[in-house]
Amino acid sequence: MAAATAMRFGQLSSGSDMAPDWTTKEVSTGTTIMAVEYDGGVVIGADSRTTTGAYIANRVTDKLTPIHDRIFCCRSGSAADTQAIADVVTYQLGFHSIELDEAPLVQTAANLFKASCYRYREELMAGIIVAGWDKRRGGQVYTVPVGGMLVRQPVSVGGSGSTYIYGYMDSNYKPNMTKDQCLRLVSGALSLAMERDGSSGGVVRLAAISETGVDRQVILGNQLPKWSTTGYIPYCLSKGLEIYPTV
Amino acid sequence: MVGVEDLVHFRYYVSSKTINKLIQVHDRIFCCIAGSLADAQAVTKAAKFQISFHSIQMESPPLVKAAASVLKELCYNNKEELQAGFITAGWDRKKGPQVYTVALGGMLLSQPFTIGGSGSTYIYGYADAKYKPDMSKEECLQFATNALALAMGRDNVSGGVAHLVVITEEGVEHIVIPGDKLPKFHDE
Repeated sequence: MAAATAMRFGQLSSGSDMAPDWTTKEVSTGTTIMAVEYDGGVVIGADSRTTTGAYIANRVTDKLTPIHDRIFCCRSGSAADTQAIADVVTYQLGFHSIELDEAPLVQTAANLFKASCYRYREELMAGIIVAGWDKRRGGQVYTVPVGGMLVRQPVSVGGSGSTYIYGYMDSNYKPNMTKDQCLRLVSGALSLAMERDGSSGGVVRLAAISETGVDRQVILGNQLPKWSTTGYIPYCLSKGLEIYPTV
Repeated sequence: MVGVEDLVHFRYYVSSKTINKLIQVHDRIFCCIAGSLADAQAVTKAAKFQISFHSIQMESPPLVKAAASVLKELCYNNKEELQAGFITAGWDRKKGPQVYTVALGGMLLSQPFTIGGSGSTYIYGYADAKYKPDMSKEECLQFATNALALAMGRDNVSGGVAHLVVITEEGVEHIVIPGDKLPKFHDE
């Protein structure tokens, strides 16, 4: 029975429209992730969709992974690669923190990610944003994109959905925002990206990291910010425009 | 209202910083071109001829839908050879102001507003957030200028000068904004 099924898949495979691509495609967190610094901490956010080809393997994924008490990473790219790297860095950072006998720096965590991502750059497909709070420099965001570069930025977006929100981020980010303004910026940007990117969707997961701790929230689909373009069909009806134009 | 920036590149050599990507195909109908400029120019030249011939036969100005259809026919029937996308916009007596998108394979779609070209991916979020129906002319101009400036700031093959055209029943107004006069955002 198993052999017969395997043979059928084999015959249908290699580029045929009839073969389901979740049998051959790798699991990917094609994604939108974002992190913003504010005075006193950072706000991080991510969507919740994991895909294998066109199938959504997990629609409630948690892409905000704790690395230490006040340090998180946002994962995008291959799910396997990013989980493996995050596990390695969590171990390395935990060991380092015990040796130091104090909380580790965000910069240290970011450099550990960079070291793994750069050394194994040919084998890996991982875009990671490292964000957290430490007592030396407060809230910090470091981005480690595919290839293994490391750079600190006040605000950073990543993943396949990020291209759609560069304009929104450039126009809406201002230095010295409050924590609530950051939360609104991140949830707004993520919902816009999820609207346009097929590989992003589900719910919005947010976390605010500061000296006092980590505050996590989930924004469900029906609670996301609404934009006028999401009301396109009601608008068409009110104006008597064709919704599916017959040209 | 149509707005477009104007940088042309061949591989990574910028061949022109001052080309106008807004082609007038009739008195009150303009076309924004994107993709291979050679293909786009050839298509719009043919379309311009067909549209003015149609207008003479009908003894009245052409509908925007008709102009967009002409472009669509050319793109769809030659889809293997061509690599160009268009936004057709204008004013006609029957339906007033309209915007049509003709995509790469020859799809034709009517929309209240639309964006296109390589730089458009960076401003989908901004455009979705900022657009609202029934904006005034000044609001539209500000919206288009900001969107172009943001896209030019992120897309390495967009840049130079921004061209804007306002089309109404009364006529056509052309506005040019040099790169250094565009709105600046926090990281610049």
